[in-house]
Amino acid sequence: MIKTIAAIGLPVDEALEIRKNRIAPENSVDDMKRISIVTGIHGDELEGQYVCFELQRRIEQHRECLTGIVDIYPAMNPLGIDSITRGIPAFDLDMNRLFPGDIDGSMMEYVVARIMEDVAGSDCVFDIHASNIYLTEIPQIRINELHQDTLVPLAEKSNVDLIWVHGASTVLESTFAYSLNNIGTPVLVVEMGVGMRITKEYGDQMVDGIFHLMKEMGIWNGDANPVRKPIISRNPEDVSYLNASVGGVFIPAVQHGAKLRKGEMIGRIVDPLCGKVLDEVQAPEDGMLFTIRDYPVVVEGSLMGRLLKKEVCGYE
Amino acid sequence: MNKRIIYQMKGLYRDTFRVTGYEFGTGEKSVCIVGSSRGNEIQQLYCCSRLVKKMKQLEEEGRIADGHRILIIPSINPYSMNIQKRFWSTDNTDINRMFPGYDLGETTQRIADGVFREISGYQFGIQFTSFYMPGDFVPHVRLMDEGFSNPETAKLFGLPYVVIRKVRPYDTATLNYNWQVWETQAFSLYTSTTSRIDQNSAGQAVLAVMNFLSRQGMIKYSAPDGLSSKIVHDEELILIKTAKSGIFEPLVKAGQEVETGQPLANIVNPYEGDILETLYAPFSRVAFFVHNEPLTYANTAVIKLIQKY
Repeated sequence: MIKTIAAIGLPVDEALEIRKNRIAPENSVDDMKRISIVTGIHGDELEGQYVCFELQRRIEQHRECLTGIVDIYPAMNPLGIDSITRGIPAFDLDMNRLFPGDIDGSMMEYVVARIMEDVAGSDCVFDIHASNIYLTEIPQIRINELHQDTLVPLAEKSNVDLIWVHGASTVLESTFAYSLNNIGTPVLVVEMGVGMRITKEYGDQMVDGIFHLMKEMGIWNGDANPVRKPIISRNPEDVSYLNASVGGVFIPAVQHGAKLRKGEMIGRIVDPLCGKVLDEVQAPEDGMLFTIRDYPVVVEGSLMGRLLKKEVCGYE
Repeated sequence: MNKRIIYQMKGLYRDTFRVTGYEFGTGEKSVCIVGSSRGNEIQQLYCCSRLVKKMKQLEEEGRIADGHRILIIPSINPYSMNIQKRFWSTDNTDINRMFPGYDLGETTQRIADGVFREISGYQFGIQFTSFYMPGDFVPHVRLMDEGFSNPETAKLFGLPYVVIRKVRPYDTATLNYNWQVWETQAFSLYTSTTSRIDQNSAGQAVLAVMNFLSRQGMIKYSAPDGLSSKIVHDEELILIKTAKSGIFEPLVKAGQEVETGQPLANIVNPYEGDILETLYAPFSRVAFFVHNEPLTYANTAVIKLIQKY
């Protein structure tokens, strides 16, 4: 059942509407568990679009196996999705810095507050992001250390490759995930793939994870594929950041997910004007490249990749 | 005057990114003044250019007190200004959400770090900044309620209003907040405009800084007596919100006194021209902020009223 959870008139002959689709068993009962799939807070991150579609397609194939509620929110920031904009067009604001919003506040604060009201109370929420348009990520769940006790056990059942428990940051207190976790609604933040694109393989992996978790939660009694065991990183020193030492064009030499030895070349930063190599980017230690630059142009400081230390990855 | 490069970074196909500072006087790090941090903060850049000109004159005339060093940085983001984009040219991040910065981090974190290393340690920090919503302001000084800055010191600018605002989570990465963490008294100076120049309010801002420096004994300058700023907390501002979206037709200007019941603005149907809504003043006050874009959204605080001075 499609429901509009927030609507507000725009200046010229258009309404901004945030919609969700509620899928429930034909014979609903009280106190059924509810899972919510939320995506599109950043308008240029589209990986979650396929997950929303595929999840519904697979539910419909065996609708009789559904024993709880699935709420699907595919477009939290419809204006951003339409205009290929990360933030909210016209305001130049990051929607994921406005939570929990204010029902009596400005237009977007109101919209955000309505979203909060609607999603709150879910037994589990997936907030699906792609990486930004510059980087590709392996499927992972990021968890604020303040909420790890509740969230890590859920994340472990979600078929991601990596669970990254990160430090608390005041700035992140305005996010959708923090605001809901803070009031007791568990939210798993998924990062996977790259901005502006859909990586079907990752989407299928994520849908398998959602079905597995739904089965564990009693929302699905049909088949669910087995899930992989994720790497869990809790220590900030597990991750090496590879930032560009100079501006140029980054030409990668290895694939995403590559297991590298210390000193192995990851790519080169080149100067097309002079035909020169400006820098050779090497692995600072043994590890797995779980993030890699997708957009070629870099300026000094641009992130080109992240490496997870070999001993954390646990491979030989 | 010592003109020097505060921070630089080589570009691929663009000229080197440079942050340039102008230093006056010698001795202790007394005051640092920062202009635009976003690409559309033209008025903030202009205010600093007027200040640099004034300080050059004062220095030539020997009117900077001994032992005080004053640094002015007209822009910490010339790259974005030159392409008329509010945020950082490549990744759209806001330098004023990256402080205190990180020297091994991403580009705008490195810029923030490079700049902050140079501008921390001053006794006072003054930032010309802009509001995230488009609109005209009555010039004022703004400071945070939990900080190291003193409202009584803010009065020394001699502007009609000192506004104290609550700290929000995103403030913790701003220049103003981080200056205070490192024990610089920080003040944000809001002039009337952002992306267009208003000469009168720029003149008022320059005068306000001159008043402040003079009252701190840092320059020899005859600041006028008498004006005592009114201290207002942001929750005391009266927000006049739209119920409808449409064409915004203001009926008052920022700084204008309004009486109870006075029409402040109309929201007009963009196709048929009829008035969808008229906004009225609920109390006699001064129009402190007035939205200045031709279209407006519903639920938007298009006008803010403040107590009369």
